Amino acid sequence: MSSRSESQQLALRGVDVAYGERVVARAIDFALDPGEIACLLGPSGCGKTTLLRAIAGFEPIVAGEIWLHGRRVSAPGETLAPERRRVGMLFQDFALFPHLSVAGNIGFGLRDGSSAQKRARIAELLELIGLADAGERYPHELSGGMQQRVALARALAPRPEALLLDEPFSSLDAERREQLAREIRDLLKREGVTAVLVTHDQHEAFAMADVIGVMSEGRIRQWGPAFDLYHEPADRFVADFIGQGVRLPATTLDGCRVTTELGELSCSRPHDLPSGVTVEVLVRPDDLAHDDASPVRALILERAFRGADFLYRLRLPSGAEVLSLAPSHQEHAVGDWIGVSARTMRHLVLFR
Amino acid sequence: MEVALSHRPSAAAPPSSRRALWRRPGFAPGLLIGALALLLALPVLVVLGSVLRPAGEVWRHLATTVLPDYVANSLILMLGVGIGTLLIGVGTAWLTTLCRFPGRRLFEWALLLPMAMPAYLIAYTYTGLLDYAGPVQTLLRDWTGWSYGDYWFPAIRSLPGAMLMLSLVLYPYVYLLARAAFLSQSVAVLEVGRTLGQGPWGTFWRVALPLARPAIVAGVTLALMETLADYGTVQYFGVATFSTGIFRVWLGQDEPVAAAQLAALLLVFVLTLILIERGSRRRARYHHSGQRHQPIRRYPLRGWAAFGALLVCLLPLLLGFLVPAGQLAVWSWSRAATGFDARFLSLTLNSLGLAGAAALLALVVALILAYAQRLVPTPLVRSSARLAGMGYAVPGAVIAIGVMLPLAWLDNALDGWMRSTFGLSTGLLFSGTLFALLFAYLARFLSVALQTVESGLTRIRPAMDEAARSLGQRPAQVLWRVHVPLLRGSLLTALLLVFVDVIKELPATLALRPFNFDTLAVRAYELASDERLADAGPAALTIVLAGLVPVVLLSRSIARSRHVQSI
Repeated sequence: MSSRSESQQLALRGVDVAYGERVVARAIDFALDPGEIACLLGPSGCGKTTLLRAIAGFEPIVAGEIWLHGRRVSAPGETLAPERRRVGMLFQDFALFPHLSVAGNIGFGLRDGSSAQKRARIAELLELIGLADAGERYPHELSGGMQQRVALARALAPRPEALLLDEPFSSLDAERREQLAREIRDLLKREGVTAVLVTHDQHEAFAMADVIGVMSEGRIRQWGPAFDLYHEPADRFVADFIGQGVRLPATTLDGCRVTTELGELSCSRPHDLPSGVTVEVLVRPDDLAHDDASPVRALILERAFRGADFLYRLRLPSGAEVLSLAPSHQEHAVGDWIGVSARTMRHLVLFR
Repeated sequence: MEVALSHRPSAAAPPSSRRALWRRPGFAPGLLIGALALLLALPVLVVLGSVLRPAGEVWRHLATTVLPDYVANSLILMLGVGIGTLLIGVGTAWLTTLCRFPGRRLFEWALLLPMAMPAYLIAYTYTGLLDYAGPVQTLLRDWTGWSYGDYWFPAIRSLPGAMLMLSLVLYPYVYLLARAAFLSQSVAVLEVGRTLGQGPWGTFWRVALPLARPAIVAGVTLALMETLADYGTVQYFGVATFSTGIFRVWLGQDEPVAAAQLAALLLVFVLTLILIERGSRRRARYHHSGQRHQPIRRYPLRGWAAFGALLVCLLPLLLGFLVPAGQLAVWSWSRAATGFDARFLSLTLNSLGLAGAAALLALVVALILAYAQRLVPTPLVRSSARLAGMGYAVPGAVIAIGVMLPLAWLDNALDGWMRSTFGLSTGLLFSGTLFALLFAYLARFLSVALQTVESGLTRIRPAMDEAARSLGQRPAQVLWRVHVPLLRGSLLTALLLVFVDVIKELPATLALRPFNFDTLAVRAYELASDERLADAGPAALTIVLAGLVPVVLLSRSIARSRHVQSI
């Protein structure tokens, strides 16, 4: 196990983190290759920030091991000090030093090398974040987005083994978050930085991460790329937390079909359950199409205009509610009954 | 398929709970901090501990003769000063915050000026003004043609005189806290009072005053603590209180243990006041919470009412600062040729050096204690910091005896040991030198610096520390590269406050200074005691000028907050 840990940039093996008697992160296992960007995604209080702080060295761990670039940095009773880990951190509120200029902030962590080398590194980073002329300015003179880029440059300046980002977009305008997330992703990829992002916003996670760990109650429920989390959630929590959708009662027919109130649902990839089993099937809004020819009728409870499409909340005759996406030129009023039918899915997500 | 959730405590319980106390993180630094705190609290602990030592005869003698006087005088003095500061402080605070009249904005900060005047100095100036040979009585005689014995004139050097002097310089404590309380009261509450049929006067009595009561009580208790701590005024006026009693028993009768026991009794008074103050502050906080701040609509005063308000605010300022400061200036001017000589220069240098050293020392210790609480926030470290700040509100006379007793014991032990082993005498290595004085200042004024540094440090978010740590800085480097630059303002304020407090301090300096080492305060006291009041002018005026510095800082913070209040 440890030989593998040594070849990876960041590896957590069976890590537990506790505050006193209360274990807030349990049995955490994951590993990142150099340059990989991971995201810990979960609701507030799920333990994701605590885990990040444990990687940074601000919290001790009570079980397991943390490896960083072939070096064991945390084990029970053994915590390498944060300043000796070479881990960069981007904070929620950026935590720029208000008494230092932008260049002073970026150069703060540079210790080795001549002053000319330091100046060159600072200039290089200012260039990288697109603030080449802002070196002499002070943090309070910059916009939120610029402050964030300076904080990023400051964290990257000492060439850390890994970069940790703690809800880095939460103090910025909602509209700009995804764009900034993509910009930062491009920048990290260009620099080949291994990074762990913590967020509760799945759009940020999707925009930025190669691989996402969905966390709840201190555990990682599922670890994988965004596509898998959306289309093949491992459990009900992940199914509900990622994307929209509802779970409908269903009975399996054969390897490729189940029957529900919506009729038969079929997929291109077989499931492995015998027929006649009662299950729940996950139905995403994009799985349901508006179809006047369909015998299945649904009452429109609510609709949300989203530009390109409408998101309808529908009630089926049994009382179950489903969501449906419809192109925005198909307009129906709340209280209308419309026909709906299910599209063929790639894979049926079933829960027993 | 559903993952089972369990909230059972982990099989491997966190080791910190099982580990022995001394192996937990932060134990060793905690112990060091605890030792430091214990050292700083030593004077108070020695005084409290002295109760356990038998003093027999002396104590019985004290109890039957002078002790009832000390208690009675101290209580009457507190009662008088309590009423005086209450009336002046609340009245001026209410007028300047809730009414509009000419000069209001000036009075808002000028009413703080008497804080710069130490009580013993105002006592000297009024003695000079109102004594038989003073300008007031001389003028009276010139006008009326009376001579000595023809008329009655109130004696300023008396218990009522001391009440007046202390009230005039201590009311700003009440003014400051009452003012803050009035400002924080929601306008809505006051307006509800008006709509329910109360006039402005009725609103004040039935709404504003009861709401501000906790803050006012806190202000009065602060003034009373200063009253108990006062030595110079009561000594000069010949009023026997605890402070003068401690010195008389200690230095006059050479009974340090009995003096310490007297000091312990005084501490009980002080502790009672501290408890009252803490309690009312807690309630004051409760009252202020959750109210949206709205600018106060001040009640405009016109005609005689405006004139009355002006007079009410002008009198304390005039009597508490302008008149005594003017008198000191006149005395200094009369001694301009002779008063500012080499002797005066050396006094000033002594005061400055001593105050500077004490302030730096207090700052370093405060920084250590405050920073330790941030790095190792264990109960041990937290309570240590509180213990170290205990000297706050402890009268200088109490600190002095508390410093002298252990240091004298240490000197004797060291001297005896050196004599027997090396055959040489070290003499009074600690108790007879500046060491004792600096120790006393540190014990007494550390909390001033500690509170300032702590409040500055809490404004620096923990993310700052973590950012610096993750950029490869050790805790000491974080302190130096992040905290110290960010704390510059607070550190300077702490330095200044201790500096000025030391310059003004009289009783501990008087008791602990090395032989032939004089400061401005000591010299002013000695000259006044020799009835050479005018000669005391230059030293006294210098002390007042130094005392103005923190008052200016305070009034600047009031001016800064003004945009919130003005309509």
